[in-house]
Amino acid sequence: MRYAIPKTAAEAASLLMEEAARVLAGGTDLLVQMKSGVRSPEVIVDIKHLPGLRDISREGGGFRIGAAVSGAEMQEDAELVAAWPGVVEGVNLIGSTQIQGRATMAGNLCNGSPAADGVPAQIAAQAVARIAGPEGERDCPVAEIPTGPGKTSLGRGEFIASILLPARPDRSGDAYLRFIPRTEMDIAVAGAAVNLVLAEDGTVKEARVALGAVAPTAILVEEAGAALVGSKLEEPALAALVRACEAACKPIDDKRGTAEFRTHVAGVLAKRAARIAYDRAGGRA
Amino acid sequence: MAFDEQKKRDFKVVGTRPVRPDGIDKVTGRAMYGADLSAPGMLVARVLRSPHAHARIVRIDTSKAEKIPGVKAVVTSADLGRPADEALRDTQDNCLAHDKVLYDGHPVAAVAATSAQAAKAALAAIEVTYEKLPHVTDVDAAMKADAPVVLEGRAYEEVPEGWSQNVTNHCEFGHGDLEDGFAKADLIVERSFKTEATHQGYIEPHACLASVGPDGRGELWCCTQGQYMVRETCAGILEMDASQLKVTPSEIGGGFGGKTTVFIEPVALALSRKAGRPVKLVMTRDEVFRASGPTIQSSTDVKIGMTRDGRITAAEATLRYSGGCYPNSTCMMGAQAAFAPYDLEAVKTVGWNALTNRPKEISYRAPGAPTAIYAVESVIDEMCQELGLDPIDVRLQNAADKGTKSSYGVTFQDIGLKAALEAAKAHPHYSAPLGPNQGRGLSCGFWFNFGGNSSVTLSVNTDGTVSVTEGNPDIGGSRASISMIAAEELGIPYERVRTLVADTASIGHSDTTDGSRVTFMVGLATIRAAREATQKMCARAAKIWGIEPDAVEWVDGAAQPAGPNAGKFPPMSLAEIAATSLKTGGPIAGHCESTADGAGVSFGVHLCDIEVDPETGFTKVLRYTVFQDAGKAIHPDYVEGQMQGGAAQGIGWALNEEYIYGEDGRLQNAGFLDYRIPVASDLPPIDTVIVEVPNPGHPYGVRGVGETSIVPPLAALSNAVSRAARVRLRELPMSPPKILKAMMAKG
Repeated sequence: MRYAIPKTAAEAASLLMEEAARVLAGGTDLLVQMKSGVRSPEVIVDIKHLPGLRDISREGGGFRIGAAVSGAEMQEDAELVAAWPGVVEGVNLIGSTQIQGRATMAGNLCNGSPAADGVPAQIAAQAVARIAGPEGERDCPVAEIPTGPGKTSLGRGEFIASILLPARPDRSGDAYLRFIPRTEMDIAVAGAAVNLVLAEDGTVKEARVALGAVAPTAILVEEAGAALVGSKLEEPALAALVRACEAACKPIDDKRGTAEFRTHVAGVLAKRAARIAYDRAGGRA
Repeated sequence: MAFDEQKKRDFKVVGTRPVRPDGIDKVTGRAMYGADLSAPGMLVARVLRSPHAHARIVRIDTSKAEKIPGVKAVVTSADLGRPADEALRDTQDNCLAHDKVLYDGHPVAAVAATSAQAAKAALAAIEVTYEKLPHVTDVDAAMKADAPVVLEGRAYEEVPEGWSQNVTNHCEFGHGDLEDGFAKADLIVERSFKTEATHQGYIEPHACLASVGPDGRGELWCCTQGQYMVRETCAGILEMDASQLKVTPSEIGGGFGGKTTVFIEPVALALSRKAGRPVKLVMTRDEVFRASGPTIQSSTDVKIGMTRDGRITAAEATLRYSGGCYPNSTCMMGAQAAFAPYDLEAVKTVGWNALTNRPKEISYRAPGAPTAIYAVESVIDEMCQELGLDPIDVRLQNAADKGTKSSYGVTFQDIGLKAALEAAKAHPHYSAPLGPNQGRGLSCGFWFNFGGNSSVTLSVNTDGTVSVTEGNPDIGGSRASISMIAAEELGIPYERVRTLVADTASIGHSDTTDGSRVTFMVGLATIRAAREATQKMCARAAKIWGIEPDAVEWVDGAAQPAGPNAGKFPPMSLAEIAATSLKTGGPIAGHCESTADGAGVSFGVHLCDIEVDPETGFTKVLRYTVFQDAGKAIHPDYVEGQMQGGAAQGIGWALNEEYIYGEDGRLQNAGFLDYRIPVASDLPPIDTVIVEVPNPGHPYGVRGVGETSIVPPLAALSNAVSRAARVRLRELPMSPPKILKAMMAKG
C-alpha cells in the first residue's frame, strides 16, 4: 500500500487512475472501511495539500468550499453559517466533535451513503461540485453525484475539488433535520432538508425539498417544494408537503428502522424543517 | 472486644469522599489495562470465527496457514483436552468449538504470528468445512417441539410433552394458595412481555498476554473480574496444576459481570505453549459483541390479583429465558427476584431456560432480575392506572419488610424498601408538574447480593503506612473503600493506606468480583485483618511497657493502657510501634482468609420522567431519581456512581439496546453504531438518594450496591412511556419505530 501527497490536481488524477486507488480527505470513512476490511486500497491519494482544497472562498456572492475543508472549519465561518445554516448543520451532524475536525462535506458526498447527513441540504441548495480529473475540470450538480449506496457518477481518476454554494437572495433560509434514536453519534434513519426563498409579503417564492435515507440516494422531491410555493406554510400546504414526501419515499426495512417508520418520519421532518427554514428566511407563519 | 459486633459508632473516615486512588492513572493513561502489557518475542494472536449460526464442523485444515511466514502456532479444540466436568467443558467449547459451531462468531481456530498481517493472512488460509444446520435464535421458538436442537443430550429431565429438548433448566418458587388468592381479587390482570438480549458494553474489550515456558509453567496477564476463576478454569482446560499458572489481573475497563468467565485466555495459553513464545490476544469490538456474553433474552407471563384498594391477593409468573447455546440457571435468579419486593400470601414463579443459537450468556449486573421485575412492575403499574391508585401507595401497602417471608423462601431481616419508597414519595420529583406528552414512571428493584470467599493481608510498614493486599479486581471503587475501612479500623488517615489487587500467587483464594460482594466481603475481611494487626500492635506496646497484652487497648490509632490499673503510659501510635517493629518481634501484619453469609439484600426505587414525541416516537428522559438502600455507604461518591451507572445501563436496555439477529441467524449490529447504548447527551442528570438501613450481617452495616440499580429502569421507563404516550408497550427495547407504531395503532 502506498500513501501519496500530490501537489497538483493533474498529479492527483494520474495517481487515481491506478488500480485500487482511493482519495483521502478527512479519512473518516476510508480509514474505518480499511480497518473493517471493506476496502484495501493499493494507493491512498491525500488531496489535502492541493492548492485551494482547504479554503472557503467567496465567489459571485456564494461560497466555494474546498473538498478538504472540515465540518468544524465550516462552522467557524460566520458568513457561511448565516447564508447556509441548513447546509452547515447537516455537515455538523456527521460524527462527534473529534470527527468534525476531520470530516468533509465533499467526502460525505463521495462516500455515497443514502443516509449521509451532509448531502440533502446541498441538493436543496442547488450546490454544484467542481470535479477534477484526467481531462481537467468540470462542474456537476451535487444532486447528480450519488448514484446508489456506495456509488457515485465520478469517473476513473476523478475527484471533487470543491463545492459551490450559490449566492443567497434576500429572504432566503434553509434547514436540515434528521431522525436518530439517540441524540448524537448515530446515522440518520430519515433526513429532510428544505431551502426556501420568500416574496416580500412572506409567501414562499421558491422551495426545494430533499430527503435522505429513504431511497438508494438522497432525493430531490420537486412536488414537495411545489406544495409550499405560494403558501405561508399554512396547514394545507404543509399537509401537501408531507404527502409529497411520503409518496417519494422508497426506503428499505432494516435494523435501523422499518420502511413504514422512515416514510412517516421523513414527512414529519420535512414539515418541521420547512418551519425552521421559513423562520430563518424571515417569514412569520 | 467482640469481633463482629455491630455497634452504633461515629465514623471518622467511612462516609467521607476522599479522592479516588486510581483517578490520576486513568486520566493520564498510565493505568495498565489488558492490552497494555508486552513481552520480548511476543506474538500476535487472532481468532477464526464461525460465519454460521449453527453448523457441524466436518473438517479443519490448518496446513496452509501453518506454512505462512511468521506464523508460529495454530490451535483448534484438538489442541485442548476434554475435561470431565460438564460446565468446564462448555466453557472450553465456547473458547474453541468442538464438533459444532453454535452461534455466529463461535471461535473455531486461532493463530499466533510475528505480525498482525501474518496472523490475518493465516486466518484466511485456514480451511473449515461446515455442514450447515437449521438454527433458532428466539426463546419461544426454541421451546417448541420441532425447534432445531442446539445441543443434544442436555434437556431437563422432565421436559413437558410437546416441548423441545432445548429446554435445559427449570425451577419453581412460592407459597400460599393461588386459587384462593385470585378468588379474593377485584381485578386480575394477566400479561405477556418480551425483552431482547443486551450487552454489558464495557469499554475495554477482553485482552490478555499469555506465556508458557518449556517447563510447562505459565503466566497470564489479563483483564478479568476474577484472577482465581481464570486460573482454575485455564488450569482445568490446559491440564495444568493451578500452582503452575500465575494470573495477574490488569486494571479493568468495566466488567458489569461480563468478565466473570474466560473467552480468550485458554486460547492464548494454548498458542503460547505450542509456539514457545509469549502471545497477546485482544478481542475487537465486533468480536466482543458476537462472542462474549450478553444477557438473556426473555419471554415472561405475569398474572396478578388485586383488591380495589390496592392489596395484592395473589401473584404468578412464568419466565422463559434463553442464555444462548449452553445451559445456565439465570432463570432461577429471575424467578426468585420477580416478586421479592412484595409481602404476598400467595405467590408462585416458574422459570425455564431454553438453548438458542446465540453466544453463551454471562452475568450482566443482577442477572435475571431486571427482565422479571420489568414484567411484574409493569402489571402492577397497569393495575394502579386501572384502579386509579397511587403507584407508591400501592407499593408501600404491599412492600416487603423485616420478617416478611419472601417469594423465594427467605425471611427478610432489616431491609430498606419501605424507607426507599417513603423517600421517593417525599422527594420533590414525585410531585413536580409534567407537561404535554410527558409521563412519570416508577419501579421497585431488588438484588440478593453475595458474600463468598476473600483473602486480605494488611501489612504495617515501618514508616507508619499501611499496605492492604487483596485478591478482588476493583470494578467499582473497592480499593478506595477498602483503604477507608482499614483507616477507620486502625485510626489513621486514609492517605496512609494503599490497597493493591494482587496476583494469584501473592495471596489466598478470592472469589470473583461479582454479586456486589466486594465492599461487603473484602471490607469485612479487611476489618478482621485490621483487628488482628491492632491486637498484635497492642501486644508490642505491652511488651515495651512490660504489662500484660490484654491490659492494652487500641484507641484512635494508638495503643494505650486499658485502664488506670494497667499502668500510666502515654499512648503509643501506630507509627511509633511500626518504627520499632523489626526490633520488638518482627514485621506486623493482619490476615483474613474467610467466607461470609449475611450479605444483606438491597432494594431500590427509581422515578423517571419521559417525554414522547407524538409524531416520531422519539423518547427523551427528562428527569431521573434513584433511591437505594446501601446499608452504610462507605464512599458515597462510588455508591452514587453505582446507582447512576445502573440507571444509565437500564435506560439503554429499555429504550434502544438490543441484539438484532437476521433470518440467517447472524448478528446484525455488532458495533456501537447500531447497538445503541445511551451517549451522554441522551441522559438527564441522574439524581441519587442513598437510604441507609444497616445490614445486620456486617459490622458497619454495609450492603452491596452494584446491581440493584439496573433492575428498576426497565419498568420505570415503560411505565413512564405508557403515561406519556397513552399506550403500553410490553416489549423491550421501546425503540421509536415500536412506540410510533403503537401510538398510530391506537389512533
